[in-house]
Amino acid sequence: MTFLIKGGLVAVVALAGSVSAVFAQTKTLDTVKARGTLNCGVNTGLAGFSAPDDKGQWGGLDVDLCKAVAAAIFKDPTKVKYVPLTAKERFTALQSGEVDLLSRNTTWTMSRDTSSGLNFAGVNYYDGQGFMVKKSLGLKSAKELNGATVCVQTGTTTELNVTDFFRTNKLDYKPVVFEKLDETVAAYNSGRCDAFTSDVSQLYSERLKSPKPDENVVLPDVISKEPLGPVVRQGDSGWANVVRWTHFAMVNAEELGVSSKNIDEMLASANPEIKRMLGKEGDFGKGLGLENDWAYQIIKGVGNYAEAFDRNVGAGSRLGIARGQNALWNKGGQQYAPPIR
Amino acid sequence: MTTDAATPGTRPPRLDTGPVGWMKKNLFATPTDSVLTLIGLYLIYVLLGGFIDWAFLRATWTGTDGKACTWEGAGACWPFIWNKLGLFMNGRYPDAERWRIYLTYALALGGLVPLMVPGVPGKLYLSLYMLLVFPVLAFILLTGGIFGLPAVDTQLWGGLLITLVVACVGIAASFPLGILLALGRRSKLPIIKWASIGFIEIVRGVPLVTMLFFASVMLPLFLPENVTFDKLLRALIGVALFSAAYLAEVIRGGLQAIPRGQLEAGDALGLSYPQKMGLIVLPQALKLVIPGIVNSFIALFKDTSLVLIIGLFDLLGIVQQSVQSDAKWFSPSTSTTGYFFAGLVFWIFCFGMSRYSASIEKRLGAGDRR
Repeated sequence: MTFLIKGGLVAVVALAGSVSAVFAQTKTLDTVKARGTLNCGVNTGLAGFSAPDDKGQWGGLDVDLCKAVAAAIFKDPTKVKYVPLTAKERFTALQSGEVDLLSRNTTWTMSRDTSSGLNFAGVNYYDGQGFMVKKSLGLKSAKELNGATVCVQTGTTTELNVTDFFRTNKLDYKPVVFEKLDETVAAYNSGRCDAFTSDVSQLYSERLKSPKPDENVVLPDVISKEPLGPVVRQGDSGWANVVRWTHFAMVNAEELGVSSKNIDEMLASANPEIKRMLGKEGDFGKGLGLENDWAYQIIKGVGNYAEAFDRNVGAGSRLGIARGQNALWNKGGQQYAPPIR
Repeated sequence: MTTDAATPGTRPPRLDTGPVGWMKKNLFATPTDSVLTLIGLYLIYVLLGGFIDWAFLRATWTGTDGKACTWEGAGACWPFIWNKLGLFMNGRYPDAERWRIYLTYALALGGLVPLMVPGVPGKLYLSLYMLLVFPVLAFILLTGGIFGLPAVDTQLWGGLLITLVVACVGIAASFPLGILLALGRRSKLPIIKWASIGFIEIVRGVPLVTMLFFASVMLPLFLPENVTFDKLLRALIGVALFSAAYLAEVIRGGLQAIPRGQLEAGDALGLSYPQKMGLIVLPQALKLVIPGIVNSFIALFKDTSLVLIIGLFDLLGIVQQSVQSDAKWFSPSTSTTGYFFAGLVFWIFCFGMSRYSASIEKRLGAGDRR
């Protein structure tokens, strides 16, 4: 039965893909400009990525990307209509035009990128599977987990990844599997396992919910690739460029030391790279269909990548996720943006 | 030998009266009773004691984020509820416009309370107000867009507001629809009869979740691109149709309990069909099925939580969202506190409905007839 339903859904999604390919002739950027707001699909609630605060205002790393795109287009990061989407709804919402941009912790995989009318525009967060262990064990790396009992959720890629990791490194381990995430976490907290494995961003969340957050530590090793990024409809490369370069502008700004705080002084900078980015030289906004101060507006309204990361998931938030893979390319990470020239 | 003077009555033994006597009679009459009483008291102590300990003694009362609630053996995290109360009640409805929600509640109470209290005059006008004037006022106030009120997109509605809107619209729309379907199903006209049966059986045969899911995931695929219609409207239609089908069957049960003689008497008096139904059959039938109707309404009230499926945040949904995703408030007891609060609010509403229905039954005497 499930097979039939899945098959049916795939067929419908594929049909929708071909339909939207026909409709995609209309330029999303023009539609958004005419409407006056950006419709941005976000997670219904994921710590650090998209969550409403006490006043109900959306915040998070994914939400900041929506704001940045709105800032680039309208010079106003608040001109966003957030559409909270469940995992099942997200692709239909994008294909049907309910949202212009899906910024909802979606893993970039080949099958998603090449089928069903989707197009990934970049990676705004490199996630991956990691381990959380008790601090008292004094471990420095996952390679020291020989002989450990590991709590893991069954039937997920998480389980496969952990098996592969221990086999490749010729280490012994004892898996303790559970059906549900909550059970897995509870078992780890009650001391049934030495380690708990899941995606790193989730480990930090669960750490905060545990009775003694300070006694748990997330190991630096990342054993799988989960690149999360914004998605747009296939067949509108102009719109994909706007989203892609919005993220690149934030990364470039970090690299060049331009932040929301010092940007107005930076307007007077003699550095040609900064001049080009902030629209003092060249005509780079035009290529995107935007004005030349597009990057200025992004950085002024939302901040550079480091500011967004720290505020939402990094040291400035309660999650306190280490930059790790999300550090700049010249600081040992993977965040790399092509130059603006 | 006789005595004329009345013997002064002796008082009953002291242990047979007052609280002690009551306890002796009801709680400690036999050794078995005594043992059972003691076990019962112990169970109450264990359960209630644990709750009081969690909710009051070990609770955190003040704080600005989850750190305040993260300590060894911490109980309920109340500052989480205080700080989020506005969000839980009104969702993301703009702060400056929230007076419109409160005014709507006040208008509803102003109409409902006198309507529900027996003996208040002017019931006819009050009913007309609630049925015709209030819905229009509430719609204008909540959505805005005219008379200088800024428009508030339903995307921003949430929390208890969504729960109440979905439940009230569902109840108000499904009741007349349910009556029509019940009458239609018993109609002699084949088209009406089969249409009613078909609707009821199809809708009853599909889970509400499926209907909502279909409305939110499949429907957009069949509409042209950039044509979307309001999610809240989709949910309202789905919920109203769904509960109408259930209600129709409850009401049909009442209709079947009315003896044929009643209808024949109506015929003999020369009453038309609407008169027979409106004056004779329905008042009796509806009175009979009050418990069933209230049961459906309570179920509907709780089913509103399913709108979470389509990305609307009712009270439970918005509590769950905050509990799961607001890192600022993460702590070991945040989720228990949040769910406890949501449960308490739901219970207050459902218990209120069930008490009110009990009092109607008593007043109409439906309860003691059988």
